[in-house]
Amino acid sequence: MLTIKDLCASVEDKEIIRQLSLEVKPGEIHAIMGPNGAGKSTLGNVLSGRPGYEATSGTIDFKGLDLLDMDPEIRAREGLFLAFQYPVEIPGVSNMELLKAAVDARRSHTGQPELSAIDFMKMAREASKAVDLDQSFLKRGVNEGFSGGEKKRNEIMQMMLMEPSLCILDETDSGLDIDALQVVARGVNAMRSPDRSFIVVTHYQRLLDFIVPDYVHVLANGRIVKSGDKSLALELEAKGYSWLEDEVA
Amino acid sequence: MAAEFQQQAIALAKQQSVLGWLTAAREQGQSAWQSHAWPTRKTEAWRYTSLLPVENEQWQLSDAASDALPQTALSELIEIDAYRLVFVNGQLNAELSSELPATLVSFADADADQQAVIQQHLNQVADQQTHLFTALSTSLLQQGVLLHLSKNQRLEKPVYVAHINDKANAKVTNARLLIVLESGAEAQVVEHFFSTDDQDRGWINAVTECSVGANASLRHHRINLESEQALHTGSVHVALAESARFNGFTLANGSRLKRIDYHIKHLGSGSDLQLNGIYLPRHKQRVDYHTCVEHVVPHCTTTEVFRGVIADSAKAVFNGRIHIHQDAQKTLAEMSNRNLLTSDQAQVNTKPELEIYADDVRCAHGATVSQLNDEALFYMTSRGISEAEARVMLSFGFVNELVEGVELEALKQWLRPRIAHMFGQTDQLTRHIIHE
Repeated sequence: MLTIKDLCASVEDKEIIRQLSLEVKPGEIHAIMGPNGAGKSTLGNVLSGRPGYEATSGTIDFKGLDLLDMDPEIRAREGLFLAFQYPVEIPGVSNMELLKAAVDARRSHTGQPELSAIDFMKMAREASKAVDLDQSFLKRGVNEGFSGGEKKRNEIMQMMLMEPSLCILDETDSGLDIDALQVVARGVNAMRSPDRSFIVVTHYQRLLDFIVPDYVHVLANGRIVKSGDKSLALELEAKGYSWLEDEVA
Repeated sequence: MAAEFQQQAIALAKQQSVLGWLTAAREQGQSAWQSHAWPTRKTEAWRYTSLLPVENEQWQLSDAASDALPQTALSELIEIDAYRLVFVNGQLNAELSSELPATLVSFADADADQQAVIQQHLNQVADQQTHLFTALSTSLLQQGVLLHLSKNQRLEKPVYVAHINDKANAKVTNARLLIVLESGAEAQVVEHFFSTDDQDRGWINAVTECSVGANASLRHHRINLESEQALHTGSVHVALAESARFNGFTLANGSRLKRIDYHIKHLGSGSDLQLNGIYLPRHKQRVDYHTCVEHVVPHCTTTEVFRGVIADSAKAVFNGRIHIHQDAQKTLAEMSNRNLLTSDQAQVNTKPELEIYADDVRCAHGATVSQLNDEALFYMTSRGISEAEARVMLSFGFVNELVEGVELEALKQWLRPRIAHMFGQTDQLTRHIIHE
């Protein structure tokens, strides 16, 4: 699914990711944990192609394609989805308009027939139900006036409709209460399948109680300093990150 | 140069065949027109808009279309169930117009009573000493429309007045609409200006006067979508009596010269004004909105919202003035002007002005100029949407709220695709903002 080799990446000429390598196979869930400033969000942004996040060396292979050579919209149409840590409010553009444009773009890129307005509406309603968002949210401006939790649930709803092959959740748990966290996790778990992979970026172990990862990686100073299974997350929860940073140093 | 053009207009007036009962009004207009000092770049009201396109032309009077209008012209009429008056090059076209109620009449068909109403109200709301092109309008007065509703009268359908220009030459057209609503009357009006020829180099000078009586309500829409070669100078003048309501909406693209003035006076306490406007110049177009709202008496409310999306190397001007007179205590007035520049060459000059002489009022005004939000652009492209389509959706989104605010459903449905196509010229770019 995704093979990152020796990736170095900079933001405003400051190197944030240093020689990072990671392999994600179809169906796997990888958790990326680490202290603040370790480069967790940068990784998600580089993968999704956010302007200003520049890969200076290394390669990223996504389903046999050179990811770094693709514009953000092509990455998305090929099936890469980033759930934003801070979803953007876009007054004047309705959630429904954004979703239909997004799903049409993805489907036509992959040679699937476009959905009729009615079929799409049905799908969107189901998705909004699945993340406990009232249908009225479909008609509202994208994220406009949504609470923190509603924004995150909206991200998961978009993810469901886009049917991506690789989902990157960037600190989706931040600012969520336990109920919202469970809604998000339920949405993610419902989407698990043998040909869909997840990268779950999180600061806390809590989310991983609900979305159980196959692998846990610890990111510090821009590189993966330790990898393990889900028990590593528990260890981190108990001991914090400093012992790892010390170990590396 | 200037005086020369003022003389040219008087010479044109002399060529017209005129309704006798309008002669006195015309003479007053001509004297007002000639007494105006011709604006220069130093004249504040014309500081950012050049009148050279008017000055540098030998104008002729417009005449009726010589041939039948092309079908494409008719398809541009707004599909709305309305009492319809269609003017082609300034002449009323009976074939394209619908049957009219007795309260709605062209000046040429006005009976003695209606002539009296016109004479009584003409230039009572519009001040031709202040408004240069209103004086010109009266100088050339020949065709016009009167809508006169008596006490508590309410029209079953909206009134739709369309002005079509179909000539690619320099003809000047004069349009005049006089709306008189007696107390408690209610009306909805749509004025629509457009060209059938992309090369239309005509000039239309269009003045609308509205006298809104006590408790009366007028919903007025002015849609200016002429060719970018065409010139438009126009104004809407409104007087509001006690507890009267005026709900205005205006949309304009730009052209070589497009200047539209709104001048609204709260003359009776408890009156309410809502004025929404959208301007969307692109290419090298110019558009200039000047609004002036006067609160003369206490307890009136104004909400004014103008938004502009300025593309390519277009230039826009918004000058919004709210004047609270000394007696206008307890006024509530709000004005907001937001601008989106979608290119590095686009320009806007915005100037909101509050002039307050009363001490117990609540007033607010604000103006912003911004560019497309990079965060929003990335968010949308990260959802697979092309950058080009994202730009169109964001530009439309900037004015969407005002489009959605149009209460006349048929007009709203008609506007959406047309506005969308100003941002994106292919269906591929606009299809997600035009829904059935």
